[in-house]
Amino acid sequence: MSVPNDLLFTKTHEWLRRDDGTVVVGISHYAQDQLGEVVYVELPDTGLTVDAAEELGTLESVKAVSEFFAPVAGEIVEVNERLDEEPNLINDDPFGDGWLVKIRVSSIDEDTLLDGAAYEQFLAEESH
Amino acid sequence: MLREEPLIFERNPARRTRGGFRLPPADVDDVEPTEVLPADLVRASLNELPDLGELDVVQHFHRLSQLNFAVDEGLYPLGSCTMKYNPRINEQAARLPGFTRIHPLQPVSQVQGALRLMWELSEALRSITGMAAVTLQPAAGAHGELTGMLMIRKALEARGEHRDQVLVPDSAHGTNPATAAFAGFQAVEIVSAKDGTVDLAALDRMMTDRVAGLMLTVPNTLGVFEHRILEIADLVHTRGGLLYLDGANLNAFVGRALPGAMGADALHINLHKTFSTPHGGGGPGAGPVTVSEVLKPYLPVPRVVKNESGFGLQWDDESSIGPMRGFYANFLVLVRALAFIRSLGPDGLREMSEVAVLYANLVRHRLRSAYHLKYDAPSMHEVVFDDSLQAEQGVHNVDIAKRLLDYGFHPPTMSFPLIVHGALMIEPSESASPEEVEAFCEAMLELAREAQEHPERLLEAPHETPVGRLDEVRAARQPVLRWRPGGPAES
Amino acid sequence: MHPWIGAGAEDRARILAEIGKGSVDQLFSQLPQSVQVGAVGVPEALDEASLLTYLEGLAGENLTLDDMPSFLGAGVYRHVQPAAVDAVLGRAEFFTSYTPYQPEISQGTLQVIFEFQTIICQLTGLEVANASLYDGATAVVEAALMAHRIHRGRRDRILVAETVHPVYRRVLNTYADALGLEVETVPLSEDARLDGCALVAAVGEDVCGVVVQSPNFLGVIEDLPAAAAAAHGCGAIAIQVVAEAASLGVLKGGGALGFDIVCGEAQSFGIPAGFGGPHLGFFACREEHVRQMPGRLVGETVDAEGRRGFCLTLSTREQHIRRAKATSNICTNHGLMALAATVWLELLGGSGLCALANSCLSRAAWLRERVATIGGGWRLAYPGSAVFNEMLLLGPGSGPELVERMADEGVLAGVPSRLWGGSWPDGLLVAVTERSSRHELEALVAAMGRVR
Repeated sequence: MSVPNDLLFTKTHEWLRRDDGTVVVGISHYAQDQLGEVVYVELPDTGLTVDAAEELGTLESVKAVSEFFAPVAGEIVEVNERLDEEPNLINDDPFGDGWLVKIRVSSIDEDTLLDGAAYEQFLAEESH
Repeated sequence: MLREEPLIFERNPARRTRGGFRLPPADVDDVEPTEVLPADLVRASLNELPDLGELDVVQHFHRLSQLNFAVDEGLYPLGSCTMKYNPRINEQAARLPGFTRIHPLQPVSQVQGALRLMWELSEALRSITGMAAVTLQPAAGAHGELTGMLMIRKALEARGEHRDQVLVPDSAHGTNPATAAFAGFQAVEIVSAKDGTVDLAALDRMMTDRVAGLMLTVPNTLGVFEHRILEIADLVHTRGGLLYLDGANLNAFVGRALPGAMGADALHINLHKTFSTPHGGGGPGAGPVTVSEVLKPYLPVPRVVKNESGFGLQWDDESSIGPMRGFYANFLVLVRALAFIRSLGPDGLREMSEVAVLYANLVRHRLRSAYHLKYDAPSMHEVVFDDSLQAEQGVHNVDIAKRLLDYGFHPPTMSFPLIVHGALMIEPSESASPEEVEAFCEAMLELAREAQEHPERLLEAPHETPVGRLDEVRAARQPVLRWRPGGPAES
Repeated sequence: MHPWIGAGAEDRARILAEIGKGSVDQLFSQLPQSVQVGAVGVPEALDEASLLTYLEGLAGENLTLDDMPSFLGAGVYRHVQPAAVDAVLGRAEFFTSYTPYQPEISQGTLQVIFEFQTIICQLTGLEVANASLYDGATAVVEAALMAHRIHRGRRDRILVAETVHPVYRRVLNTYADALGLEVETVPLSEDARLDGCALVAAVGEDVCGVVVQSPNFLGVIEDLPAAAAAAHGCGAIAIQVVAEAASLGVLKGGGALGFDIVCGEAQSFGIPAGFGGPHLGFFACREEHVRQMPGRLVGETVDAEGRRGFCLTLSTREQHIRRAKATSNICTNHGLMALAATVWLELLGGSGLCALANSCLSRAAWLRERVATIGGGWRLAYPGSAVFNEMLLLGPGSGPELVERMADEGVLAGVPSRLWGGSWPDGLLVAVTERSSRHELEALVAAMGRVR
């Protein structure tokens, strides 16, 4: 799967899509592929205020656990409740229906984020 | 042979009364439960439990047993688990009424034989490890780890020190970091050097005054002995820390080397690995902890003590960490372990580790042309290959493992060490004949050929087992953790 | 050559030659000379016959529970021991296998655990049970730590009834210290039950759990609904401990009475006293808390052809995956003891367990009635309190004195009630079971009559 170029990425493999003062956050195709079939998702409570890089929750496959982190600072305004019943959405559609949380942004540090091309290059370097 | 057996609850669905065991006769007057107990606490019925005759129940378990692989069936080279033969005389001894039918709270004068047995096993373990003292309490290896780490915590507190970190190599078994956390420490991972052993420079950097100690497995999970163990121990001690040795791999050098001489402050011993007590499909084991003089005051209570009138139990000692469990130990496991040690004697124990190491090196020698050896350091009792040569054909360690089942062998360990991706950790142990070990090697070589020529045979394996590969994703996504009347759909 | 070592001298020489080593010593060259020894100081080897003689000698130094009528309990009980239980345990397919990490060749062990989990759920009235823990004491520890985790470590007090087995409480203290969990004891009232007023006064927003044992250490049935309500009143986890699992044959499990966790000791289900171990810790909880549960779990699933099968599941809670963040450090558990309990429970069945529990109850009632007639200072410490099969008797002397004097009369009469202290009177904790025949009960009463 190619990396969409309307998204920004972190080096911890989260993506974010900007949407009028809020961002939608998920994990990348690469991250879900590394993790394997997701069987359980632990999401934060809405209303929670978070700092950038703060741990937001965990994703579990049968034999691995991985945390995911806030790419920006702000307030959790919505979580993807469909994932409770359908954690497979993260595998099936990581950049779409498999989103994790929406954050109302209080601050964003562009320097920590990569565009699609830069993220692809980062992945290529990682694999060496 | 049957390949499946219904759940016991699915038999006799109407719950017609049968009964699989006859109780002693009712020779006192029956009371109605609600007459002597609060009525709101009395159970209405237990009719969800089965109601079957004795043969039905015995057949049920007999058939279930036939769905298991076991040490008695074939080589079980599960790395770090030391799946050796479980001698039958030990089983017989552990069933002697003088051991099974004694209550832990009988007066000590009535159980001198049991206390003597514990004393003699303690002495044997002290000799074997070269350590100062021992507690037999822990029920398992991880329980022993926690016992040891709580003693370390208490010893440091007694010195007025509050160190909050414990160093754990990245090659460690998962119980080490978990134990550190349950002992109230932060587990800090220390990255291994290129040969898989502890990186002394990293240890030097990380061994600060916040660090309570190092938890180290010897030989480590790669089967490699920490040849700088004396320098490691020295560094840890110089910085005011204590050294915890994980004895999971003790089978590599029993009778040949003493952890006490390596500078260990605490070392647990898995009696169910090194000293042949059965794994029992998951337990019970026993994880005695041996300690140096430094930790001796903190050993758990109750302790077996020897005095003029024989053996006794000491329940109280201010400096002790306290009891780690109900009563004294997994006593019937201790019986088996002492039987093993007394059967082998000093020469047998030495031969045991020699053959264990010899076999691992034989496997290493025979398989290294076919499987990749990431860490090329000398192997002790186990050898860790990986699947990188097979992965080129899309075949991974799990596929190799599943295909090996078709050949009648238990697969190697795959889940760790985490520093070897696609690990195949092989520990033959000393019990099997050379022919059996060689047959295993042949099977592994055949699998390597299959992986190149017919990878689908591995990817679709196993073919010969009672069930095929199970849908573990489904088990985790929609957990069905118990039977319910009407089947899982209702749960 | 030892029969448990597979390779003889010739084999070893051949293997050494094949791997290109001149001597066995070369295989150990990584070990510093200063840590090596020529031999360890254990006694010389024994042949099989001598070994058995030696061990029979040690066994023979012990007085067994069959040598005289025995009424010892306090967490370890003498119930019926069907021969079929040990026959199943003796099958090598069960006792010589490892933890069932490879489900395709472990369906036997896995299905047994699934059946065990099911029965424990039924007995406790809860939704999820694990594959076993070490024993009752460590099960209580795991429950307390789980309550602490459910509250994310923000509530640091746990309330424990003084009537919980003193050894369990001591073990909890050993563990709790290191984790900043403060264990607070709630006293008992005059009827030997947890003091409800003291409990209500002690609960608060900083309490993560309330631990109650029923039947309690003194044998008395606690007011479980009130304890659960008090726990829930402050948002704490309600934990019931059961040390005499046979009581579940007649008493409701705490799950049906509002408890969130029911755990304890299941030695009563077919496991020998064995001088204190190995026994069997059991642990059940509500489904909503399953992700905080310690220990292994088996789940049902299907294979590629749609056949039913079982596998370990929700393993991400465990140490081999979550490492420092695991819900427990437990790895090896007491699987074979869970097998024993499962065989025992399936042999007895629902009607058998119920009959067994009623038999205990009837014998306890018989004894309580007779104690009143003995005189000589003998009496029930708590005549008005309901018990299952254990009771505190006071007599002409301290607990340890009574034990000794009764043994002289040929009866193992019980356990000194203040062996580990406690704010109850000093006497004998006496347990009866379905094996306490009329004859043995009469012998006990007669011996008491002689001890004045």
